[in-house]
Amino acid sequence: MKNKILPFLVIIIFGVIFFIFYKGLEDSKIYTPAVNTKKEIPVFNTKEFFSGENVKSSNIFELDKIYLLNIWSSWCVPCRQEHLFLMNLNLDNKINIIGMNYKDNLKNAENFLKELGNPYKEIFIDLDGTLAIEWGAYGVPESFLIHNNEIIKKYIGPLNQELVDEINLFIK
Amino acid sequence: MKFLRFILIVILLFPYSNINAEEADKRNKITKNLRCLICQGQSVYDSDSEFANSLKIVVDKKLQEGLSEDQIYEYFKIKYGEWILYDPGLNKNTYILWLLPLLIFLIGGAIIYKRFIVKK
Repeated sequence: MKNKILPFLVIIIFGVIFFIFYKGLEDSKIYTPAVNTKKEIPVFNTKEFFSGENVKSSNIFELDKIYLLNIWSSWCVPCRQEHLFLMNLNLDNKINIIGMNYKDNLKNAENFLKELGNPYKEIFIDLDGTLAIEWGAYGVPESFLIHNNEIIKKYIGPLNQELVDEINLFIK
Repeated sequence: MKFLRFILIVILLFPYSNINAEEADKRNKITKNLRCLICQGQSVYDSDSEFANSLKIVVDKKLQEGLSEDQIYEYFKIKYGEWILYDPGLNKNTYILWLLPLLIFLIGGAIIYKRFIVKK
């Protein structure tokens, strides 16, 4: 009796293991940090993009207003595609778009804005990439929706029409 | 006199170099335990991506601010989640990871005990 149960048990156990591993193949192996967690925005000091003057984060972000912080760079190709959507978002004037220029050559960045337009209300610079880490970002482009000094949502990668519609829902 | 002055400078500089070496060791140890999110599968120490290079600067800054190793791990855990650490702690998502080897070891031990030791 015991000898008959054992092969069945082995087959069932291997079947279960096979099923779990097979299911595991379908999962994405690329990790992305959580995007929906509410977090306080970091406190930092940096320089303004055009004037080069020192700015504090508390002077940029006011309570009761909705901001979209966009991390961009002139060398980043997806930023070019995204820029059009930022320009469109800025047309409605309901949201303040703040730019964070990431590890960029200032001359190239200025040319980038001249060529494609400037949707940003304010831009500050992150020369060595440490500010982006302070924000929990790991690449360009990345955008943060901010309300009451809290990050409501994080968008990793370029914005598209679908995401712009979602942002418009938040603004209403 | 010149020689004496030289010796004095060497003696004065000696402890500083020692501190720097210790800090670099610590920096390397910490960055080896942080996962690069751009080139996944590589540690921050091994990677030369923009993200990893900035992260190294941040680790240096935090060390200079006097944060301990665990405090730095905690800082990155809050920013990017548990996944950035190569050595995850015990929590509800990782308890299987931690307890399964122990469980298998105990079951295996029990089988060996029953089969070979009790039978004798």
